[in-house]
Amino acid sequence: MRSRRDTGPGDGVALPARDDAELVAALRSRDEAAFTALVERHHPGLVRLARSFVSTQAAAEEVAQETWLAVLRGIDSFEERSSLKTWLFRILVNRAKARGVREARTVPFSSLAGEPGEDRPSVDPDRFLDQAHPRWPGHWAAPPLRFGDLPEERLLSRETRAVIADAIAELPASQRRVIELRDVEGMSSEECCALLELSEGNQRVLLHRARSRVRGALERYLTEDGEQA
Amino acid sequence: MTGPGEITCRELVELVTDYLEGALPAAQRTRFEEHLVTCAPCVGYMEQMRETRRAVGTLREDAIGDEARDALLGAFRTWQRG
Repeated sequence: MRSRRDTGPGDGVALPARDDAELVAALRSRDEAAFTALVERHHPGLVRLARSFVSTQAAAEEVAQETWLAVLRGIDSFEERSSLKTWLFRILVNRAKARGVREARTVPFSSLAGEPGEDRPSVDPDRFLDQAHPRWPGHWAAPPLRFGDLPEERLLSRETRAVIADAIAELPASQRRVIELRDVEGMSSEECCALLELSEGNQRVLLHRARSRVRGALERYLTEDGEQA
Repeated sequence: MTGPGEITCRELVELVTDYLEGALPAAQRTRFEEHLVTCAPCVGYMEQMRETRRAVGTLREDAIGDEARDALLGAFRTWQRG
């Protein structure tokens, strides 16, 4: 796994990474190392989000690349009223949407962005005792697996990450975007709602459904090897 | 036995995200927290949701591919010269 830190010259000791604002200032001075640091920090996230708007990984990569070109063209007049990250993702979303719309015009039956999430319980109802149960209506029939009891390496391993990535890739696009911006990119609710033009309430519903599905996939994966509750 | 105004486990799991977002109205938040005091399985479920959120965050560690980086550096150098 590639480290995110910039290494300093000479002494071989890693310096703390510069924040986006510092990198923007350096980028204005045409500093290549600053551009490289920004790209390493944000490019995978841009591609990931673009993928939920367009039909192929290659298209997502192209949209992300175009976004960086737009950043270079606009960096001198970027007024920093928003953070770099917000600006970056806003450009990305606009381009990815436009690309998605163009694809829909030329590719029949392609899945369009923004289908609503389905309305179903976030946990299989079979996992709860019936409402008519004499003592424990609506209670868990069996306790869920304690993730906290698993070794840390298991939850944060490369294999687990692949399970999570697959689960996210299978989400409806609207749910996928919200969990990516909130939980992968760590954006605030306000930023996410602004970027995706969602109300806070809608965003919460999408986040809930997305997290519930990913939780289910994780639980199934972590239970498979016999680590039962 | 669930008393009047108490929530069931099945109801709680639908409220978890609203709770973590701080979006539950006060009375409902109280019922939610009271349920957790006596329900170990729901505490386990909350932990699953929190750990899921944390694990999802690790996708942030994916690195850019060499091809992509090289293409972008090329674009940067063109811009730098211009």
